[in-house]
Amino acid sequence: MPEETVAQFHIRSVQVLSEDETVDDELVPDLSDDELLTVYEQMKRSRRLDERAIALQRRGELGTYAPAIGQEAAQVGTAFALGEDDWLVPSFREQPALLVHGTAPDAVLQYAKGMEEGAEIPDGEGALPPAIPVGSQPLHAAGIGWGEALQDRENVAITYFGDGATSEGDVYEAMNFAGVYDAQTVFVCQNNRYAISTGIEKQTNTETFAQKAIAAGIDCVQVDGNDVLGVYRVAREAVEKARSGEPVLIEALTYRRSMHTTSDDPSAYRESEEESEWEARDPILRFQRYLEDRGILDEETKGAIAERIEEELASAIDEANERREELDPADMFRHVYQDLPPELERQLAAFEAEKGGEGE
Amino acid sequence: MSERLRMVEAVRDTLGAELARDDDVVVYGEDVGEAGGVFRATQGLIDDYPDRVFDTPVAEAGIVGAGVGLAATGMRPVAEIQFQSFLYQGFHQLAQHVARMRSRTRGTITCPMTIRTPYGGGIHALELHSESFEAGFAHIPGLKVVFPSSPAETKGLLTSSIRSPDPVIFMEPTRLYRSFREEVPDDHEIPLGEARVVEPGEDITVVAWGSMLRETLDAVDDIDASVEVIDPRTLYPLDTETIVDSVKKTGRCAIVHEAPKTAGMAGEIIARLNEEAFLYLEAPIERVTGYDVPMPMFAREDDYLPDADRIEAGIRDVLEFG
Repeated sequence: MPEETVAQFHIRSVQVLSEDETVDDELVPDLSDDELLTVYEQMKRSRRLDERAIALQRRGELGTYAPAIGQEAAQVGTAFALGEDDWLVPSFREQPALLVHGTAPDAVLQYAKGMEEGAEIPDGEGALPPAIPVGSQPLHAAGIGWGEALQDRENVAITYFGDGATSEGDVYEAMNFAGVYDAQTVFVCQNNRYAISTGIEKQTNTETFAQKAIAAGIDCVQVDGNDVLGVYRVAREAVEKARSGEPVLIEALTYRRSMHTTSDDPSAYRESEEESEWEARDPILRFQRYLEDRGILDEETKGAIAERIEEELASAIDEANERREELDPADMFRHVYQDLPPELERQLAAFEAEKGGEGE
Repeated sequence: MSERLRMVEAVRDTLGAELARDDDVVVYGEDVGEAGGVFRATQGLIDDYPDRVFDTPVAEAGIVGAGVGLAATGMRPVAEIQFQSFLYQGFHQLAQHVARMRSRTRGTITCPMTIRTPYGGGIHALELHSESFEAGFAHIPGLKVVFPSSPAETKGLLTSSIRSPDPVIFMEPTRLYRSFREEVPDDHEIPLGEARVVEPGEDITVVAWGSMLRETLDAVDDIDASVEVIDPRTLYPLDTETIVDSVKKTGRCAIVHEAPKTAGMAGEIIARLNEEAFLYLEAPIERVTGYDVPMPMFAREDDYLPDADRIEAGIRDVLEFG
């Protein structure tokens, strides 16, 4: 046996609805018209939330905000494949997925107003708060997927991160842990081509991000992340696999159409021609044309959806403003430990005395 | 019921008891299963609990980070980090997530995780196997930092740590693992945040924890004065009251730790005494500590570590002042 090939790998890539509106009938997922409209509405909801949030940030009403514009298909398509009791483990650009899984838009706004209230996880909701340190949260999803398996439950955890995050060791550790323990975890790498300003060609020498899973011994698939039907199709498969203890990495090829955050100016590192090219490939437009061509979406329905979204956002903004008004600064002491340690009790008393003194 | 155990046996005994008591407890870490841990602190547990004791990949961030997820699903992760300085490879998970999950979600998601880790010098281990980074851990709000100093203390404190609703760093002094036996009661909880007056005295208060408590007790044997020895047992939350009350009585204080001097926990204790017992002090407070050098390799570790002679000299300096 002087030399032989001991293992071989390949990367599968899926597209159901192409840019020129060709549909692969064999691969098209089985979704009812109502479900298709829900998917569309969720994408629009997130888009409008991001647009409103950017405007609010510019007016000084929100802090730094990371829009997901352009990535709605990658996120809505995956999150729509989850069950109610499944877990969502987000990074900081996951508005589309969060809204699908049940997070209220006012929570997103509260978080962007710098309030921990926005990271509260309501009872019964399977989610972790946004993770700011890049690439740190997939390990939590591996732990959740492992914990659910240990407790003989069927819930899966889905976690989102970007192309840049795959350069963090934690992402490999997470996939490796998941593989070793048959964790019920789906990893979603949104390859949006940028880590702030750094393009994917500077991020890694690998041909795909999907193949990062191969070293960890877990399944992977690449999908056109701007094709919501394709994304949903691979996500359904991945979620079912994960439910039976086979973790999967999905690489969704997409594009961050907007800035990294509201503090960023992409014109410093990319050409407007490139942005225009991707504007034409926008995931919402592609899906909208598909629905219109099939007579599922008409002007009246579009109008009704837009109206619902505007109403919801208006009341979400009011709600977030009200919670901000009610904010109790002393709360920062109250959730550090289950019971306030004596030293913190002293600091809280001093804090309150100082604040009380200001009012006099 | 009680048994005479060494500290490492007390760790194992406690882990076994908690695995038996609570189905949510999971014990995991590098080599903790088949091999029973490099110090044998988990020996045999995998035989009794094959579904809740796990050998992990060699990945400290993974061990700490996975605990966040396990805890979110309702489990009680009890992780071993093989040596304390390897926890630096999981430090970001500890500081960014474990410690602040409760506060950043306002109590809606918590992380009741215990990270056990052998620390400290004195066993001629390899480089980076002997650190004492307790001040670093105590500086991260949201963590509890616990130090056993004997087999019975190990049982009581580890039991409380595993049952704690908050994350705990449990620092096990390697040099005490096999150094002596002690009666260890069966069902034993010591509340976290309560210091122990190990020896009562009137002339000076000496504060020491973990491995340094034994050295301090040796030093005190040779001193012809009434020395009150206090083991804080947890450095966060710190039982300030017991230390302050003692110093108000004795008027003098020395603090011992093997970690480097600068920004060490002795400085924090002095600051609290400054706030609450300043006018009772009859002498400057002495720190007997390691030096501000990277923990040396073992050919020099005895020169670095405070021993009974250095501690005795430090106590005498305070007693003789004024």
